Amino acid sequence: MMHNTLPEASEPMTAEKTAITLTDCGKTFADGTRALQPIDLAIAGGETVVLLGPSGCGKTTLLRIVAGLETPDAGGRVLFNGEDVTVRPIERREVGMVFQSYALFPNMSVRQNVAYGLKVRRVPREELTRRVDDALEMMQIAELAERRIGQLSGGQRQRVALARAIAVRPRILLLDEPLTALDALLRDRLRVEIDSLLRGLGITAVYVTHDQAEAMALGDRVVVMSAGQIEQIGPPRDIYHAPATDFVADFIGTVNRVPAAALAGWGDEVDGAVLFRPEDAEIVSGEGAHLRGRVASSLFLGDRTRLVLESDGLLPVVVDTRRRETIRIGEEIGIRLKPGHLIPLPSAGREGQTC
Amino acid sequence: MSQRPALLLILLALPAGVVFLAFFLLPMARLVLIGASGEDGAAAYLSVLTTPRHLESMIATVLLSLAVTLAAVAVSTVAGVFLVRHRFPGRSTLVSLLTFPLAFPGVVIGFLVILLAGRQGLVGEVTKALTGDKMVFAYSMAGLFVGYLYFSIPRVILTVMAAAEKLDPSLEEAARSLGAPPWRVVADVILPALKPGLIASGAICFATSMGAFGTAFTLATNIDVLPMTIYTEFTLSANIAGAASLSVVLGLVTWAALALARNLSGSTVAAAG
Ligand SMILES: Nc1ncnc2c1ncn2[C@@H]1O[C@H](COP(=O)(O)OP(=O)(O)O)[C@@H](O)[C@H]1O
Ligand SMILES: [Mg+2]
Repeated sequence: MMHNTLPEASEPMTAEKTAITLTDCGKTFADGTRALQPIDLAIAGGETVVLLGPSGCGKTTLLRIVAGLETPDAGGRVLFNGEDVTVRPIERREVGMVFQSYALFPNMSVRQNVAYGLKVRRVPREELTRRVDDALEMMQIAELAERRIGQLSGGQRQRVALARAIAVRPRILLLDEPLTALDALLRDRLRVEIDSLLRGLGITAVYVTHDQAEAMALGDRVVVMSAGQIEQIGPPRDIYHAPATDFVADFIGTVNRVPAAALAGWGDEVDGAVLFRPEDAEIVSGEGAHLRGRVASSLFLGDRTRLVLESDGLLPVVVDTRRRETIRIGEEIGIRLKPGHLIPLPSAGREGQTC
Repeated sequence: MSQRPALLLILLALPAGVVFLAFFLLPMARLVLIGASGEDGAAAYLSVLTTPRHLESMIATVLLSLAVTLAAVAVSTVAGVFLVRHRFPGRSTLVSLLTFPLAFPGVVIGFLVILLAGRQGLVGEVTKALTGDKMVFAYSMAGLFVGYLYFSIPRVILTVMAAAEKLDPSLEEAARSLGAPPWRVVADVILPALKPGLIASGAICFATSMGAFGTAFTLATNIDVLPMTIYTEFTLSANIAGAASLSVVLGLVTWAALALARNLSGSTVAAAG
């Protein structure tokens, strides 16, 4: 039994939180693929940042640069609390990783998986046992400790992967689409748990997803990416209510785009388009309607009903209503926009890099 | 379930059954009987222990096969993982070259060893030029070892490459993120994943080495491997019973090694960690 305990292995989680700074981090792969344009990104200590974007936009590549699994193109730098770690390999970066594929060691039991990082660090046995038990407890899988990986469901596997990552008390937790492989119900439950886990640990976390609902629910800030670039960085509300670019407006939620000239009684600014969310228009009978249209489809969603309106010369308009009476397809109705709830027109350029 | 599919299956399996019976089971039974038909009777089966020449031959063959197996597994694991992980010009040519020896009969391999380390061999020329002494090892245990290794490597390397292709890179990345240095990643992630393939191909390698004849025959070494001893008993001494009993013992030892390997690879999961 070794007793040369590394100091950081036995101390409680350090109060100091790790901030991440990326400067000029681009990535061109050996085959010439430009996965990432040179980007800057600053993540505060203890913050949860979600990288959100469609598949292939470079989220994983960015995460792997933070992890130390990819090196950025020449000129790019990765700093942890101001310290340059660009050339430091992942095994010395003290980052925890959680993969979509779980990546559990199939030849080890649940307990051995969770203990692995501590064993590598030569943590003394009693402390190792205690910390493994803590991690298992935290992910509510204590009763699975002696199981083999093959005997676990997808949700249980991801819990083991999370326990394994946090057992070593990493400086940063990196999660790459951890819920994507799970079914909807499980996804929601585990998302809530990951949220409280991240809040509870107060650890700096970078979370990759292509699911906007997940991003909105988890992120202190959301980084919206497309085609290797950052489109916008901001708190979920800003992203949703004030998208900086057309891409963000279209990618996050549903947005209606109606020429101002088509709106009855819309005042003087009649050039350009008006953008609004389905929930920011109300159905009005009689006077005061900004827009009239025929109901082309009606989808009952429980808490609301989603209507698609068609009117001549316009793109279909999507409207959510909480009214209880059924609205028939083909019926003509009028809607009124809430003036304070319009989406400001995204500027043509990007304002993502302002953070 | 009806009986008809079962009947059909039996009918379909019939040819294989006949072949098995006619060409495998019957001659084997015959061989076992012949082994016990000599003047020593069933005691002939103990000759491998009682006749010093046979015992030596058995020990030499097992040791040689073990050494070849271990070396082939070690060399092929490193080379196989490397070949899967790296793309370079000429890679596919190299891979097909490595599998070349599979096509050679033992005679050709023996011939190649002579070309390499025989009296007029390459190694001899080079060592003579360098040190003045001619190094010749084709006709010794070392020559056999080189020849056996040569035809064993492709069998193992193909299995290793197939298994290495299937390695999940995120497992290695997870281990590294937990602080594992490269040697631990090899020991804790890569080798356990390759283990079943290594044991299976190692077992094949051992069995092939135990029964290899052509190479030893061509090299006409002073050490007798068991197949050579059987050949000598059979042709020169006309000791049919002795040859048969040695054959049966050779078969049993090899079979036991394969069974052991199957057991080992079956329990890899339980033994790991
Ligand atoms: N190792 C690689 N070699 C070449 N191209 C790659 C490699 N990894 C990713 N890419 C490419 O880089 C782009 C971004 O990939 P990735 O970061 O995985 O996107 P995301 O995680 O957002 O789906 C994709 O076009 C992908 O095909
Ligand atoms: Mg990805």
